[in-house]
Amino acid sequence: MSALLFNLFALFTVICAVGTVVNKNAVNAAMCFLLCLVGVAGLFVQLDAYLLAFLLLLVYAGAVVALFLFIIMLLDVQGKQSISFKSFSTVAAALAAGLLLVGICSFATRGHLDAPNPNYGSGVGAALKPYAYQLFTTYLLPVQVMGFLLLAAMLGVIVLSRKLDAVEGTS
Amino acid sequence: MFNLWFNLNPILQGVLKGLAVIAVIFPFAGACSLAERKVSAWMQGRPGPNRAIVPWFAYVPVLGKFLQRLGVFHLIADGAKFLFKEEPLPGHVNKLYFILAPALAMMPAFTTVTVVPFGAYLDGAGRTLPLMLANVDVGLLAVFAVSSLGVYSLILAGWASNSKYPFLGGVRASAQLISYELSMTLSVVPVFLWINAPGTPGTMSLAKVVAFQSLPGFWGGAWFVFLMPLSAAIFLVSLFAETNRQPFDMPESEADLVGGFHTEYGAFKWSLFFVAEYSHMIVGSGVFTLLFLGGWNPLPWLSLADFFGWLRHLTGAAFTLHPLFVGVVSIAFFLGKIVVLLFIFMWVRWTVPRFRYDQVMKLGWQKLLPLAIANLIFYALAIAFIER
Repeated sequence: MSALLFNLFALFTVICAVGTVVNKNAVNAAMCFLLCLVGVAGLFVQLDAYLLAFLLLLVYAGAVVALFLFIIMLLDVQGKQSISFKSFSTVAAALAAGLLLVGICSFATRGHLDAPNPNYGSGVGAALKPYAYQLFTTYLLPVQVMGFLLLAAMLGVIVLSRKLDAVEGTS
Repeated sequence: MFNLWFNLNPILQGVLKGLAVIAVIFPFAGACSLAERKVSAWMQGRPGPNRAIVPWFAYVPVLGKFLQRLGVFHLIADGAKFLFKEEPLPGHVNKLYFILAPALAMMPAFTTVTVVPFGAYLDGAGRTLPLMLANVDVGLLAVFAVSSLGVYSLILAGWASNSKYPFLGGVRASAQLISYELSMTLSVVPVFLWINAPGTPGTMSLAKVVAFQSLPGFWGGAWFVFLMPLSAAIFLVSLFAETNRQPFDMPESEADLVGGFHTEYGAFKWSLFFVAEYSHMIVGSGVFTLLFLGGWNPLPWLSLADFFGWLRHLTGAAFTLHPLFVGVVSIAFFLGKIVVLLFIFMWVRWTVPRFRYDQVMKLGWQKLLPLAIANLIFYALAIAFIER
């Protein structure tokens, strides 16, 4: 039963992921992405990672994709001709995809995962404490670095939008 | 009868329980639409809907007239009208998303109910056990996660309608709902800081929050609305914004956007949006009740177990501790609090004029969010000081 569900969710996720990439219509692509995230959340639930599943739904499916749609609607991308890729970016994208594929393959063949710590508990529950503990001890540096990156991106957006305002004001 | 129930397949049991809860919420949400009309009429000094009546019911002496004046038959009339009306499907819309959007509006509202406890019963040992469809530790997080998906129905309805006013409504909805989600999530963190004392495994379960509000003693029995009034206020304001209620109903503000995201909708599809809004209000009020108003506890400083112990003592009847009786009474307490909150929703709607869009954004980002963060820091320090 659960293996069947897992496979169904996995298939669903892959189909939606392909749909995200292939779709010409930006809104359709965003909706496929949304379904893809829901599929991944389903996979997390199957793996007893409830907290991860609901955080994924809350942050990515609930907010990030909604912002994507907001931007798509603001720019009104739909209906216009899609811009063809430059040859350089095509090569770079293919290279990146290839590297990612090699990484996944090497992880699948050679990598190993530590057995879950029995102290963290399982069952119908999130066992929030181990997550929080790990986040503030082992993974403190990556979290801070990610936060710093996001801050830099946010500042960049503010600076850019201010500049545009100034240009519009003078012209 | 009990044996028959417990011998059923667990999956079938789950489906039946889920359907039972939906069978309560759907008519409840429909009744809210009638209550809205009656409350607005009452506040504006007019009689409101009071004409419809089933033919043979008019002959019942007092009751018939009373129910007619109360307008309860308008509920049936409205429902039947929406069912039998022609379903217009404008030619310029994106058909798939146009039809999908109303259904999508209902789904999050009904899905969140699975993790919201709505009552409790006492087992033989005197413990209070919650009545809920799924007792998961992620509780509130699941409610927030699933209800945040409700924004897509508004965005898709606005976009798929392929016309100016719905589009503006959809754009407004996407920005507004995300803005207020932040303050809403931050405002409840102090509650969970307080109930997750050091040394406990840590939980976000809503049933645990109620258990903490039914402890003996002055601080234990106090509802969180007394301990954390600012959190409750921020949560309630965000709830108004999240459910698109006036004064925050930017996505459908009929004064400047005709009907907002549902301008192109009619008949049953439109009524689905309507019912979904009330379902969201019911679930939101339920979560507010659980977090800040003591859930199914009858009064502050009077827990459900104490209440029934006292009732047993007073009447001496054994049935007062029967799980079925306790369960029904606790659900009645819980629903009573929800009804009061729903009345407050309607009261505010017919009292406060609608905000402008920039005022909504300013309130969300410049007032509520800093206030929620300051509130969180204050309670984090206070709780750390108390627990030390």
